[in-house]
Amino acid sequence: MTHSATTPPEQPMAALPGGEVTEGPMLAADGTPLKASLKRALRREKLRALLLISPLLIFILVAFVGPIADMLFRSVENQIVSETLPRTVAALRAEDTPEGEVPDEEVFAQLYTDLVIAEEYKIHTRLGSRLNYEMTGVSSLFRSTGRDVGRFDTDIYTDQFVEAAPALEDPANWVAWMEEEAVREALPLTADAWDEWVTLTVEENEDDPLEEDVPDFVFTTLYRDLTAGATPPDAFPDVDVSGFETVSIKALFEDSDEDWMDPQLWQLIETYSPEYTDGYFLNAVDMMNGPDGEAQFRPDDQRIYLKLFWRTMWMSMVITFSCILLGYPIAYLLSTLPLRSANVLMILVLLPFWTSLLVRTSAWKVLLQQQGVINDTLVWLGLVDNFNRLQLINNITGTVIAMTHILLPFMILPLYSVMKTIPPSYVRAAKSMGANDWTAFWRVWFPLSVPGIGAGSILVFILSIGYYITPEIVGGTEGVFISNRIAYHISSSLNWGLAAALGSILLALVLVLYWLYDRIVGIDNVKLGG
Amino acid sequence: MAQGSSTEAFVEFERVQKSYDGEKLVVKDLNLSLPKGEFLTMLGPSGSGKTTCLMMLAGFETATHGEIRLDGKSINNIPPHKRGIGMVFQNYALFPHMTVGENLSFPLEVRKLGKSEREQKITRALDMVQMGEFKNRRPTQLSGGQQQRIALARALVFEPELVLMDEPLGALDKQLRETLQFEITELAHRLGITVVYVTHDQTEALTMSDRVAVFDDGRIQQLAPPDELYEKPQNSFVAQFIGENNTLEGVVEKIDATSCLVRLDDGEVIDALPVNVSKVGERTRVSIRPERVESNLERLHPDAHTLPATVQEFIYMGDTFRTRLKVAGRDDFIMKTRNAPDQPRLKPGEQIRIGWLAEDCRALDA
Repeated sequence: MTHSATTPPEQPMAALPGGEVTEGPMLAADGTPLKASLKRALRREKLRALLLISPLLIFILVAFVGPIADMLFRSVENQIVSETLPRTVAALRAEDTPEGEVPDEEVFAQLYTDLVIAEEYKIHTRLGSRLNYEMTGVSSLFRSTGRDVGRFDTDIYTDQFVEAAPALEDPANWVAWMEEEAVREALPLTADAWDEWVTLTVEENEDDPLEEDVPDFVFTTLYRDLTAGATPPDAFPDVDVSGFETVSIKALFEDSDEDWMDPQLWQLIETYSPEYTDGYFLNAVDMMNGPDGEAQFRPDDQRIYLKLFWRTMWMSMVITFSCILLGYPIAYLLSTLPLRSANVLMILVLLPFWTSLLVRTSAWKVLLQQQGVINDTLVWLGLVDNFNRLQLINNITGTVIAMTHILLPFMILPLYSVMKTIPPSYVRAAKSMGANDWTAFWRVWFPLSVPGIGAGSILVFILSIGYYITPEIVGGTEGVFISNRIAYHISSSLNWGLAAALGSILLALVLVLYWLYDRIVGIDNVKLGG
Repeated sequence: MAQGSSTEAFVEFERVQKSYDGEKLVVKDLNLSLPKGEFLTMLGPSGSGKTTCLMMLAGFETATHGEIRLDGKSINNIPPHKRGIGMVFQNYALFPHMTVGENLSFPLEVRKLGKSEREQKITRALDMVQMGEFKNRRPTQLSGGQQQRIALARALVFEPELVLMDEPLGALDKQLRETLQFEITELAHRLGITVVYVTHDQTEALTMSDRVAVFDDGRIQQLAPPDELYEKPQNSFVAQFIGENNTLEGVVEKIDATSCLVRLDDGEVIDALPVNVSKVGERTRVSIRPERVESNLERLHPDAHTLPATVQEFIYMGDTFRTRLKVAGRDDFIMKTRNAPDQPRLKPGEQIRIGWLAEDCRALDA
């Protein structure tokens, strides 16, 4: 098969059967285009290469890319409102309540159905805490009304229906009716509520619907269907509801909690009713969807994330800069020393790598605290007053000191590997041409070491921008990074959507910086070695 | 000899010693002086101290003892950038982050020359090495030969009187090396600059230099013009190191001012020129160049001593024949003869007699 892929060298042009030579795609000996032949010949190799990387590829896809994509998706996903309150959301949309007003009875009736079902499934509290991120108090509102909703006075409908048509009390009859298409069509809300109840009873409570009482909310929706002018077919009991005693569901909700009459709450539900939302992202940059639907900044006292992002950025820059300042001379020394001494020094540089990060960070706690080694020494030397010991930890200083120390090897290693490749003859050449030590360094050696600075800086900056453990331990409250906030939302507040949005912004920020860096310095100029 | 040359010493090494570790001398008691305009090559095997000497002259190494003078002034304590010596390196050492023009501009900028003057000098220097059109290229875009031309131009652009070259052609292929050898010598003589050139390639040393200093073991073994070096080696190291050489060992049997007799270890007696021997009974190593070995005894002096030899191998080389002989117990004796109509083509196993003129056979140190 592969022999067909070779063209005799004396046939540079495609030879047609007639023997004439023509322009056009190069052909192989058997007349197939050379490109296709080549591709075929290389396919085996490509497959082999793919096979070799496939274990890692699969591992990364399953264990890394997949979960991250899922996590990032959470930053815009918002199905909780429309899933928990599907009927309410539909009614809100259909009704188009004027701004700043509480919706009318119809919406509340749907909310009643939704909430009863949600309460059975025990998912209303989840929705409550989700909406609580946007407006405090919603969580307790849902919890308390969830308790009340089963005891709403809607049983008067049940009583009146059963009195008018006792057949309605038997679930078996309902099963029969609901199998008829005509009935379902005539009573759409009722059919929907019934189906929901049957599913709930069978699947969630694992009971037999035939042995249960038909619940109040089914009768309530039946009442609503009938008052809306539905005329069920003859099979369904004919009940005249015009004389029924009624109850306002809106009023029942108001009785349960006055907050239901807050237009802002309804604005909130409407805002978060779409399946996807920009709410998490707005929140991540200290904004929110205002009552008019426009994004706006949160009140001053609730803004934290922009400040945190900014702090993360500039602290990372300070750390990167300190690493350059401390690392450059060491790397220079390493690259100019004879190999034997350079190796010893290199081991000292790498030593911290072999110690647990946690241990190193904790060591800084011992060193930096007010009764710690450094303060003690300064006091002993008389540089610092005993009663005014320096605050070196649980603030920005602590984070910068500890992280500079921890990330220093990441600066030294790329610097060293680049500097090692600069031949000493360059500096000699510069000096032989009349440049003094400084000029030779600044005009020749330094520009050649810039790729190392670039590589080290990118490494240190990107590492520090997402650092978590060290700021957590030594950062106190002012010295923490955005990642600490993300961790908080992941593990404590359980606001994963916001955590995902913050993470996405951080990721985007790194990519933008990388792109900027590529534009300014050129990524080809970054060398990790060789 | 080049213009501007004089016998007055321009560069001088006086009793210079160099040790890196305080235990071993890399350069032992070096005395060397060269006049202005001379092209001097330091030739020697690696580790012979030649590069160390060059680096001491450039100022990148300090002499442990002794004095180095440039134009009459001691430069021991002058830092390299104030010596005003141009230098060409083996790996070219062109700054990769600068264009060719910027590379050449560098020595002029540090000398604070004005822009127009710089441009003028750069253009002149580039034209000198026929690289005028490459001014805006980066060194990495050039071939090895082109890079070395630029390096040469850069070493010359600030018009130094002394230029040091550290194996500048070592990384190039043979043909390019030969072209550049010619160009460098031509340029050096035309500009009248003094050049100290380091190489381990003897052909390069012989073809380029006014004088060659052969280094070994931290000393100059011989300092002489190329022809003298080849034809009149002063000791067996130089004889071995320069060109092809046959060596025979024996004891001086008879000696006078112009000739001596040496009895070889197998009992044969040969004629030789006493160089490093002074008395009868001394052990010596005699050296004969292959092309001076004669198998046509009619061309020799009738009284000349001859030796029996067995042909081991006959190699046809076009213009010459190369015959490997077994002589006095050694089978690496080479005879080189010109391809002439009357020259016999020998066969392995043939027994012949060989001889030579007494002055071509130098009795050196053992």
